[in-house]
Amino acid sequence: MSLAKITQVKALALAVPGDDIDTDRIIPARFLRCVTFDGLGEHAFRDERTGPDGKDRPHPMNSTQAARIAAAKKGVMVVGFNFGCGSSREHAPQSIWRFGFTAIVGGSFAEIFFGNSTALGVPCVTLAKEDLAECDAFVRANPDVEVAVDVEKLTVSAGARSWKAGIPASARDSLVNGKWDPIADLLDGAAAVDRTAGGLAYVEGK
Amino acid sequence: MAKTLFQKVWDAHAVRRLPNGQTQLFIGTHLIHEVTSPQAFGMIRDLGLKVKYPHRTFATVDHIVPTNELKEPYSDPIAQEMIEALRKNTKDYGIRFFDTNTGNQGIVHMVGPEQGITQPGTTIACGDSHTATHGAFGAIAFGIGTTQVRDVLATQTLALSPLKVRRIEVNGRLAPGVYAKDVILHIIRVLGVNGGIGYAYEYAGTTFDNFSLEERMTVCNMAIEGGARCGYVNPDQKTFDYIKGKPYAPKGADWDAAVARWKSFASDPGCQYDDIKVFKAEDIRPTVTWGITPGQAVFIDEKMPALETLSPADRQTAEDAYAHMKLAPDTPIKGTKVDVCFLGSCTNGRISDLREAAKYLKGHKVSDGVKAIVVPGSQLTAIQAVHEGLDKVFTEAGFEWRGAGCSMCLAMNPDKLVGDQLCASSSNRNFKGRQGSQTGRTVLMSPIMVVAAAITGQVADAREVFKV
Repeated sequence: MSLAKITQVKALALAVPGDDIDTDRIIPARFLRCVTFDGLGEHAFRDERTGPDGKDRPHPMNSTQAARIAAAKKGVMVVGFNFGCGSSREHAPQSIWRFGFTAIVGGSFAEIFFGNSTALGVPCVTLAKEDLAECDAFVRANPDVEVAVDVEKLTVSAGARSWKAGIPASARDSLVNGKWDPIADLLDGAAAVDRTAGGLAYVEGK
Repeated sequence: MAKTLFQKVWDAHAVRRLPNGQTQLFIGTHLIHEVTSPQAFGMIRDLGLKVKYPHRTFATVDHIVPTNELKEPYSDPIAQEMIEALRKNTKDYGIRFFDTNTGNQGIVHMVGPEQGITQPGTTIACGDSHTATHGAFGAIAFGIGTTQVRDVLATQTLALSPLKVRRIEVNGRLAPGVYAKDVILHIIRVLGVNGGIGYAYEYAGTTFDNFSLEERMTVCNMAIEGGARCGYVNPDQKTFDYIKGKPYAPKGADWDAAVARWKSFASDPGCQYDDIKVFKAEDIRPTVTWGITPGQAVFIDEKMPALETLSPADRQTAEDAYAHMKLAPDTPIKGTKVDVCFLGSCTNGRISDLREAAKYLKGHKVSDGVKAIVVPGSQLTAIQAVHEGLDKVFTEAGFEWRGAGCSMCLAMNPDKLVGDQLCASSSNRNFKGRQGSQTGRTVLMSPIMVVAAAITGQVADAREVFKV
């Protein structure tokens, strides 16, 4: 399986603030009532964006900036800490990605969300707290300036600004080498898998 | 060298090192349900792959099943489509399915233990973040995404990096009216909802030694609410006694060999932990959440926090929480009016939860204007409860007695809050909109506290209501 090498994502950015944004808020459970991921993009952050009266609320995802990102099918989302906590639903990163975002910059990410995003080829990189605040402020003040998330050099830069970014070495390696979907590597190990299974007494149980 | 259970299980299941430095880890037991598996089967078909070890995957249906309608086709056509997709997928690939007509259906995290599929020293993965529940048996169990469900189906392995291990010790006896649920809510409150990122939680200490397996499951269940992908308790005689005789438990000579093997996985004396936190059981009081994260919690007899006592980051989340919850800082949560009571979920929908709730509910009535539902987590739990007459206790008091499933924990079936109803809930998440209404409000608590709320119509201190 040949995948794109994701070394850098350079695109317009949108700040979606707040810490502990859980995956129920990213994609409410009623949109999990489906057997495919199709169409999830339009419902990303649905209940944050739309009030109980069905009308739009003031939310970054309702902005013209968000619309530009959706049209371009590429964009950088700038978020807070512990983003994507809660449910393991892959529907959450699927909805963000299908909306048009191709990279996420934040303070920290919940682990399952991080893994799900990486497997989609969406890098989630972290910035130190002060740098994240600067990046967030820059993005709000300069909506027309593209933000570059450099997975290889581990920087996030915009205009004249550049911040040091973090990502676990294994995820970086997978993204820059075009191996972010692990299935090919896992299939390669089939014989070794059988050997491991053979040594585990419980595996051949009832 | 002395090792933790986590390290031993990891080492036993490590297949090889992957080119990116991660480990290809063998997954001994894979559990699937109707919500996060259909797309994975779609990927298997699209890529022309096979299911490598179909006998190591077990399926049930829990999230979308209606709890007040047993006949199919369900009035909800999407629920019908999802259950039928799982029937087809499990049939096509030869996977065992605990379907609604088997008497063994239920929340996936209850079915595993009930069937004896959940065993110590194993790796367990499921497309559901509450998979940590199975850690109560000394398994390394964790939630995965749908692409990873595909990986397990196709290869019985995952690409993973090891976790650090934090030992969380709780020692001493819990006071009357204080339960396992209060223990985990307190731990999350103290360590934070993101405090566990990068860690597996090893729960230990005399409080855990004294806990039943069901109580251990309640605590392990909510590891993820503290940011930890998995939590576990070292296996002991209680663990083995619980498993013995279950349908998928080893039998005869295999049993003795299995117990010896299981014992060998327990953390060694003197092993190194990456972090240790110690709590005293007697410091823990009945705990309820007041906000929109499980860490926003107070003891029932405390006031909710004043904004100025919080750090700037916590304050922002708290302001958002108070606005959503329509509650005021620096006031008691006790006495807050309750509209709905939900007793159930993979956190607190087991037989011991229903017994404890019924014990205190008996002879009382649900307060006027309160809708109270009790949803056994599994069909086996429901059958046992009926056998003990618990269903009668609930219905005579004014609770609705329902069929097994996830129900109002996440409201993917018709059980939902309406408008800004406030729900006293024995479930695990108080996120905005979690219980099916965008403006709905959730207060997490133990089963006995849910019963106290149902009787009084308000968030109440069960110790006062029941004089415990």
